[in-house]
Amino acid sequence: MIITSKDFDKAIVMSIEEERLDAHNSNELKSQLMTQFEEGKSNIIIDLQHVRFIDSSGLGALVSGFKNAGSRDGSLKLCGLQKQVQSMFELTRLHRVFEIFPAEEEALASF
Amino acid sequence: MRNLLEVDIKVPNQTKYLRLIGQIGEDVAGALERFNNSDPEELAYHINLVLTEAMANAIKHANKNDPTKDVHISINLTDDLLSIKVYDQGQGFDISTADLQTPDPALDHGRGVFLIRSLMDSVTYSRCDTGNVLEMRKSLLQDGRKPERGPCAEESI
Repeated sequence: MIITSKDFDKAIVMSIEEERLDAHNSNELKSQLMTQFEEGKSNIIIDLQHVRFIDSSGLGALVSGFKNAGSRDGSLKLCGLQKQVQSMFELTRLHRVFEIFPAEEEALASF
Repeated sequence: MRNLLEVDIKVPNQTKYLRLIGQIGEDVAGALERFNNSDPEELAYHINLVLTEAMANAIKHANKNDPTKDVHISINLTDDLLSIKVYDQGQGFDISTADLQTPDPALDHGRGVFLIRSLMDSVTYSRCDTGNVLEMRKSLLQDGRKPERGPCAEESI
């Protein structure tokens, strides 16, 4: 799984450079998030602009990261959701859990 | 009831094949377009998703990630019904406890069966000769009538 990370003063932006976030690669996202947490970075923005498809495992990996960030007094926020991906968050009511922004700039400004 | 399209595929019990099966589902959605008024992009996503969820359940929970096993998928399209069957070779997994309500947003698992149930009209899970079969059906009738169901001993979940 290709994830590019950019460090900013307030948060780190992790951009998922994959078309699918599913049961095949969601564990890799979990482990890359754990690496960030272990390095003391707990304010994280996940940029999903390249993700066209997400399944329950992908959603679960994001929830896991959200909870881990919260337990470290940080937060995990999302940006760049495509229309169908956004609809999955709405169907599972996860749009009420995550802070979701149109793009990286708005998400960074919220920290 | 005309049989318009039938796809049978058997893939190794590995998650790397989820993408392939999901793509086949999207292509089948293209054939469905003329029967349905719904957004074609949304329909393609939904069929991709239910196939991905059902196959991931078969790989991980029924076949216990055993790489020597297979998952068999059968997609059948008629004038009034889309039927998708996913066959595993395991002891099965308990999906009867999966709640019909929206899963707790704080949990990082347990949304797969909920998504399938939300997007399809009926879901059954039953024993078959080689293991178990998860069947998902979606009516294509415009007036909301349910299509006739074939004679089979299914346990509704």
